[in-house]
Amino acid sequence: MKSISIFNKAGTFAENKDIARDIRINEIIPALTCNEEITLDFEGVEAATQSFVHALISDILRKYGIDHALEHILFKSCNETVKKIIGIVVDYMQEGMGIETQED
Amino acid sequence: MKIHLPNSAFLGNIDPFLRGFDPSGSDSLEITANEKWISVHPVVLSMIAALGVRVRPDHIKCVPLEAKSKHYLVRMGLFRILNIPSVIRVVEHEPAGRFIPITQIRTSDELTKFMTEMIPLLHLGFDQAKTIGYIVSELVRNVIEHASSEHGAFLCAQYYVKSNAIRIGIADTGVGIKKTINQAYSATTDLEAIQLALRPGITGTTRREGGTEQNAGAGLFFIKSIVGASRDFFVIYSGNGFYKLLKRPPSSRLRLNADPFKDRHSTEGDLPYWQGTVVGVDITLDQTKEFSLLLDAIHKTYTSAIRERRKARYKKPRFI
Repeated sequence: MKSISIFNKAGTFAENKDIARDIRINEIIPALTCNEEITLDFEGVEAATQSFVHALISDILRKYGIDHALEHILFKSCNETVKKIIGIVVDYMQEGMGIETQED
Repeated sequence: MKIHLPNSAFLGNIDPFLRGFDPSGSDSLEITANEKWISVHPVVLSMIAALGVRVRPDHIKCVPLEAKSKHYLVRMGLFRILNIPSVIRVVEHEPAGRFIPITQIRTSDELTKFMTEMIPLLHLGFDQAKTIGYIVSELVRNVIEHASSEHGAFLCAQYYVKSNAIRIGIADTGVGIKKTINQAYSATTDLEAIQLALRPGITGTTRREGGTEQNAGAGLFFIKSIVGASRDFFVIYSGNGFYKLLKRPPSSRLRLNADPFKDRHSTEGDLPYWQGTVVGVDITLDQTKEFSLLLDAIHKTYTSAIRERRKARYKKPRFI
């Protein structure tokens, strides 16, 4: 089980998408590739933007599939608003996945 | 370019100010002002700053300001950012709790640093500071990521004690919304591009639902929703296009619309051309809905919008 402190990387207001991307690429994806469980620990994070959460997990949901990703990622110590932001991102990704567009 | 500071230009009555802006002659800037009184929304100052930094300081002509309220422009840092002298003398006060002077932000790291400095500066409660921080972060990141402007974003904000409101203005002189959105869509006018940009899940980076790994196309929809929930003004101006979310009475029911044209709004499609994007926001703090409740409403509207788009793509039976 790998634990990642979002507070240590992004501070109390998690809004920097570059940091979210770095966490995703350098920590979450390698762990998922090894079939490892990951805890994203939001202890100390008072707010997060939708953009931050999107940059953190949307690509993982798409590439690894919702079921696999959510079975391997746990969200710890999220306050009510952070939980809701994560919920919005997870839901719009689920709603949107599978819709074919001209681009696809 | 010519710009005139009127006696009053806030989001409710900003339209004449914008119509009077003359964008011709981009190598010089002439600033004139009402002689008796100047009372303007921060977005006006952000616009002047964004225009002015593209012009050599010796090509900026600012008429001697006579209005009693001229000190405000100095306090907000207008002459400092334009790098032109001001003969107006003011006693500088600690700005905490009142305003954020004009600030230029060009990079993601500068924004993160600014966010940590900004929230204590406003001396607000946590929920209120969180809402303001959310708006500023999303708007400035839009500029950094999409505007392709070497000068980045110019923002300033003012807290008004009497109305318990924050007014925020952000301007850039980048490529504008139409060029950004048309990387994936085919908006024919600036106004149409603004309409698309305000819809949830629409981004210029892809047509794919869910966006790219870095962009969902949700930022402006969230901000319009936050402002709509507090029943305040939200203004967006890019190219010739202009959209204004109008104030609603406090008794009106909270209703978020995925299509900004279904909100109570006004539009203009033929304003003087603004090369880039301008956003003005008012937030009355005692009307701000609890953020988590607002997120529930955003969640519902967002997922319904995707379902509608999904439904629109269903294959239809062919009846002969």
